[in-house]
Amino acid sequence: MRGLSVFNIVSLTLGFAFLYIPMVILVVYSFNESKLVTVWAGFSTKWYGEVIRNEAFLDAAWVTVRVAFFSATLATVLGTMAALAMMRRGAFVGRTLFSGMIYAPLVMPEVITGLSLLLLFIAIGLDRGVVTIILAHTTFAMCYVSVVVSSRLVSFDQSLEEAALDLGCTPFQAFWSVTLPIIAPAVIAGWLLAFTLSLDDLVIASFTAGPSATTLPIKIFSSVRLGVSPEINALSTIIIAIVTVGVLVASVVSKRQIAAARRDEVLAARA
Amino acid sequence: MVNELGFAPWDDPGAAPLIRIERVSKRFGDFAAIDDLTLDIYPREFFALLGPSGCGKTTLMRMLAGFEAPSAGGLVIDGQDMAGVAPNKRAVNMMFQSYALFPHLSVWDNIAFGLKRDRMAKPAIADRVDEMLKLVQLDGFARRKPHQISGGQRQRVALARSLAKAPKLLLLDEPLGALDKKLREETQFELMEIQEQTGTTFVIVTHDQEEAMTVASRVAVMEAGRLVQVDTPDRIYEQPNSVYVADFIGDVNLIEGRVGALGDTVRLDWAEGRSLTGQAGGALTPGAAATLVIRPEKIAIARDEPTEANRVRGKILDIGYLGNLSTYHVALPEGPVVKCSVTNRSRLSRRDFTWDDEVWVSWSDTAGLVLGA
Amino acid sequence: MLRVFTAIPYAWLFVLFLVPFGIVLKISVSDYAVSIPPYTPTFDLAAGWDGVVAFVAALDFENFVFLTEDDLYWKAYLSSVQIAAVSTGLALVAGFPIAYAMSRASDVWRPALMMLVILPFWTSFLIRVYAWIGILANEGFLNQFLIWSGVISEPLQLLNTPVAVYIGIVYTYLPFMILPVYASLDRMDPALLEAAEDLGCSRLSAFWHVTWPLARPGVVAGSFLVFIPAVGEFVIPSLLGGSGTLMIGKVLWEEFFSNRDWPVASAVAIILLLILIVPIVLFQRHQARERAA
Repeated sequence: MRGLSVFNIVSLTLGFAFLYIPMVILVVYSFNESKLVTVWAGFSTKWYGEVIRNEAFLDAAWVTVRVAFFSATLATVLGTMAALAMMRRGAFVGRTLFSGMIYAPLVMPEVITGLSLLLLFIAIGLDRGVVTIILAHTTFAMCYVSVVVSSRLVSFDQSLEEAALDLGCTPFQAFWSVTLPIIAPAVIAGWLLAFTLSLDDLVIASFTAGPSATTLPIKIFSSVRLGVSPEINALSTIIIAIVTVGVLVASVVSKRQIAAARRDEVLAARA
Repeated sequence: MVNELGFAPWDDPGAAPLIRIERVSKRFGDFAAIDDLTLDIYPREFFALLGPSGCGKTTLMRMLAGFEAPSAGGLVIDGQDMAGVAPNKRAVNMMFQSYALFPHLSVWDNIAFGLKRDRMAKPAIADRVDEMLKLVQLDGFARRKPHQISGGQRQRVALARSLAKAPKLLLLDEPLGALDKKLREETQFELMEIQEQTGTTFVIVTHDQEEAMTVASRVAVMEAGRLVQVDTPDRIYEQPNSVYVADFIGDVNLIEGRVGALGDTVRLDWAEGRSLTGQAGGALTPGAAATLVIRPEKIAIARDEPTEANRVRGKILDIGYLGNLSTYHVALPEGPVVKCSVTNRSRLSRRDFTWDDEVWVSWSDTAGLVLGA
Repeated sequence: MLRVFTAIPYAWLFVLFLVPFGIVLKISVSDYAVSIPPYTPTFDLAAGWDGVVAFVAALDFENFVFLTEDDLYWKAYLSSVQIAAVSTGLALVAGFPIAYAMSRASDVWRPALMMLVILPFWTSFLIRVYAWIGILANEGFLNQFLIWSGVISEPLQLLNTPVAVYIGIVYTYLPFMILPVYASLDRMDPALLEAAEDLGCSRLSAFWHVTWPLARPGVVAGSFLVFIPAVGEFVIPSLLGGSGTLMIGKVLWEEFFSNRDWPVASAVAIILLLILIVPIVLFQRHQARERAA
């Protein structure tokens, strides 16, 4: 359609080089034979073996996935509710406080969120562990979910819900059989976002995790502080691979849906 | 005039209304969307609520469906007081302006949606859905999703879905607004046929006066939350009770003046030493300000002085050619411009009048209506 | 139903967001003590009203006074804001051309480019920061490359300097700058530029008078999205900044975990929030205006 000028091509090339070269180096050197990460000494997959045999990593990974799964699920339920409450209800007592509490965690520095939650858990005498990390992650992730779901609800034709009520649904049936199926893609996107945020989080987890539960980012952070290690490179590569595959699959699925929608439009025009 | 079916329960003192709206008001803050409105609608009626946007017609309909509660007054449907009855508990269904078809469900499942809420047996649901699909001529489209069918088909699915539960009352919110003109006209007749076949009471909200006139047994013209006139389409057109209604429905000439002599007809003094006559539309007092309302198609145009009761001389200012009709704008020396429309029986080349011609326009003494200000 | 949908998240956020925040506020006016928990006074319900009076009487703003007296803290705040501001500027310089080029690319390419910008966002933040350690270290890839190409003869000290922090912030937050700028450029009708040129603008003045003003909402949004989280950043300064870089997130962390001085850590958090309130409110207003437009 439009041809790109030389300037634009150079910008894109440099920009994406900046974004991707560090990742590429990391991936390439994860296959390095040498213990010295910056000197190439031949191809090897031995560091992957090390990672897989490292019990501490595996334990931490398992904790991380469990935390991410439960907190994402809880955050999705709470965030979807909050989005509906914000978008569907008019004035109610404490609305301003409610919307403030939903938006504040999005811009709150993680150190403050982490610190305040830790102080709460100590004040109420809750032992720090998997449960406290789940509570903490749910709290900040639900706000992201609520933003994602809200943005879908903006374009949601409210007469669909009214039609369901008109045809005999109770408000909850209308939500379950009409609203939820239609906003499902946004809810799923919200869950994925919450899941990744939880997987990724170091700061809040560090505050709220106890000696009994360490997440993968905490583990990585403590070993990275001592410097670069080929084992961490290998672990990072595994994570990058999983994320990339996940995002690619998600985008292919959504692209298929767009293509199907186009086909439908053609069909509708002919009908 | 009685309508062609002889169907006029509103004239029968013994007939029981299906809907009684009694002194209903609806306020949103300081704004009164509905202002102390009383109205009866009878079974099997095709009733149109007509008015400009913001006149309260949609609010009134949403109160019937149960989406809004009246601020004051009572609403009775089929003998049951509707106060506090949720939308899902009313034997009333609504066809939405946007159709509100569930995008994730097929045409079939959309129509079956309300039936499933009633816990109807599966075979009974299937029979009813098929019946509805036949009614709206969509037999072959049951498995399609709403976005896989055309706009006109969507409109029919929405109609079938809202009729599937055999409601006592069907509300239609601008049901044809999204269709193009030709399709809209066809669909109007389909709607009337379906209404007759099913015997359901229809209440339609529209801002399109032609649509209201075509489909309805009675039309309620609304303005600012009040009913201005409730009557059959022909009476709304021929016997408007106010200048507002006359002006809202169709094209009209309005000539302002003062009431002169009262008799079988009314004399209106509209300019120094000049008067016109028309029928009295309501009570009038001599000397009071009034308006003569006369439809353009009731006015004749001629070169020579006619003999009719009302005749004025003027100059042709403009000619609007519409194909079947031509509209002449005739400027009177006293100021007003009179619109007069003439059927084009002959070819354009043989037209009698052209711009700046001096002509006479005339109408009979019963063609116009004198309405108090 | 909506009442329930309001009540549950409301209660959740109240207990896990507002109450903890109140606790931070309270501890920030308490005193440090060698005990568990390591601050005083603690609230003693059993003592009744006298307990409340004694409790309130023991609170003071000593910690805040301490923050102003020890120049470590205000230097840390100042340098956090400065590092965040410089990084935001750099991210704009780096991100704008990318967003611009993306908006000019053909419809076939745009989804793929979009994807390439978003992909790093889903990848672990920690890993992305970690990747730079190997590049910026004295014996790292960048120094190896520069020595090999003859630009320098001695390795540059990059890691553990503010430069490394700038690079880290720009690198990790670049998608936050590119996406809003791209979104506002993408909305722009290309006919506007043709109209500007038709009316006598040169390419450059068309950019300056048409493209830039239309891209500004995206630039403003992107800048806030980089600046606000960068001020409180912890991971980047602690991995790339070394001991030479002062940032308040790191100070808070150390105050809490290393010194175990909870009252001061809480006071640091309160001040950090006060500093951030201005840009946060400005950002919210900007977004509300954009939505209204």
